[in-house]
Amino acid sequence: MSIRERLSGNEAVANAMRQINPDVVAAFPITPSTEVPQYFSTFVNNGSVDTEFVPVESEHSAMSACVGAAAAGARVMTATSANGLSLMWEVLYIASSLRLPMVMACVNRAVSGPLNIHNDHSDSMGARDSGWVQLYCETNQEAYDNFIMATRIAEHKDVQLPVMVCYDGFITSHSIENIELIEDDVVKNFVGEYHPEHYLLNREEPIAVGPLDVQPYLFEHKYQQANGMRNAAKVIKEVSEEFEKLTGRKYEFIEKYQMDDAEYAIVVLNSTAGTAKAVVDDLRAKGVKAGLVKPRMFRPFPGKEIAEALKNVKAVAIMDKADGLNGVGGPLFTDVTSAMVVNGVTDVKVVNYIYGIGGRDVRTTDIEKVYSDLQEIEAAGKVEDPYRYLGLKGGRA
Amino acid sequence: MSNLVEIRWHGRGGQGAKTASLLLADAAFNTGKFIQGFPEYGPERMGAPITAYNRISDEKITVHSNIYEPDYVVVVDDSLLECVDVTAGLKETGAIVINTTKTPDEVRPLLKGYKGRVCTIDAKKVSEETLGKYFPNTPMLAAIVKVSGIMDEQVFLDDMVESFKHKFAKKPEVIDGNMAALRMALNEIKE
Repeated sequence: MSIRERLSGNEAVANAMRQINPDVVAAFPITPSTEVPQYFSTFVNNGSVDTEFVPVESEHSAMSACVGAAAAGARVMTATSANGLSLMWEVLYIASSLRLPMVMACVNRAVSGPLNIHNDHSDSMGARDSGWVQLYCETNQEAYDNFIMATRIAEHKDVQLPVMVCYDGFITSHSIENIELIEDDVVKNFVGEYHPEHYLLNREEPIAVGPLDVQPYLFEHKYQQANGMRNAAKVIKEVSEEFEKLTGRKYEFIEKYQMDDAEYAIVVLNSTAGTAKAVVDDLRAKGVKAGLVKPRMFRPFPGKEIAEALKNVKAVAIMDKADGLNGVGGPLFTDVTSAMVVNGVTDVKVVNYIYGIGGRDVRTTDIEKVYSDLQEIEAAGKVEDPYRYLGLKGGRA
Repeated sequence: MSNLVEIRWHGRGGQGAKTASLLLADAAFNTGKFIQGFPEYGPERMGAPITAYNRISDEKITVHSNIYEPDYVVVVDDSLLECVDVTAGLKETGAIVINTTKTPDEVRPLLKGYKGRVCTIDAKKVSEETLGKYFPNTPMLAAIVKVSGIMDEQVFLDDMVESFKHKFAKKPEVIDGNMAALRMALNEIKE
């Protein structure tokens, strides 16, 4: 039996951490992720976990402490946002390339500058090629569920990679909503005990972690790391299916909403997918065949599944909450369109919308505009400008 | 989602509008509803205008935007009537409830031609008589429950006793005063 509750996204994730009871949590506060270590520290204080909580002096130190603890053989977690993630940068790559499982709550927020504490995806999208598995969450429920599953995914012997669980700052992290929690003992059984194959504190097997890796070796190590990411897809599937048996909540690589006969589709991550679902329902009631694809993971990228879902639509809008700053489009757009081409889906009109930057609110009327544009694109038979901005004051120059 | 009720709170930093919106979400949750309670985060300063929101529904709520066409608006500080467009988008089938010493007829001219129900309550008087201090959010919470009719008043009061016991676990002496504030507020609304 699940537990009916109402929690913010940060409360939900802190509770997942409590139920998992990791060996080490090292974190430095930054809005809007601060509450995660803050709530968790109360669990440390009141004895509901026996975690070694390391309140460090910066995010670089937080990730370094996570790396050290994970190398020692500990189950490790942290949380951060925006510039905190930026400061972790060099160590993010070290964590993934040393094949150290750990789980991070990345509470999405705009990276400075200028300074903005509100939601967009410029932080985690910047880290998309750092070798971390990235899961994206529409709701507090998905943040909680993915955080629990992330532990198993990260630690699987065929993966051994860190996992970032991304959810929208304030919109998800600070809003109170209904949630179904899992009983403590059920979570404990699901995640199980962590027994790494090789670890520094094993005196039976003295090893070195992270020594100089010169020309004859680094290439092969990077190949092994890439294989870990490729394997992650299979493991995510297995863990999600087991999770579904436990909770009844189904998690696939992508969520398809009204896609069976959809003519006009949106691809979008996180909380905006929920707002778009309400618009899809309205449009369907008016006879418009609207649909939605919500990738649940961005790394590994579910390119085949997305291309398959989109192959029969007339036009698709790929929405990015981070600008690519590359002159051609946002990161989701470039990956989705390349996956479409690679998988032979070339008859679909594609358009990119940069939206919601710096916490610009995304309204149902904004999403309606996108579907209306898709119908215009279909009628015109061409896409005039595929790199667009949604809700930009004054429009694009 | 015809049963969806959307509420927008206008207050000033420090008056507890955010807390009131979360308590309302709690109370509605306890009657079995799907709820959202969230503030619009900005540069928060004591006294600066702030906005908070509630969605309450019998069905799962997927929309994650701010609320632009609320059914109800709560104004926790009537000085906001001069600087914030509090009735923006407010449905005329809904209502606005304002903390003020004035009557509904006296404040209506400040509401840019809003034609729906206008309710007022002197939350300062209620708060000072029951709590001995000015905390407008507790009376305003009762006011919106009464004006919106989103839940039975007695169910609401029973639920709030439990919420206050939890919220004020470290200062139980204020629970009775807050309950008195809720009960008095339910009878002090002018319409």
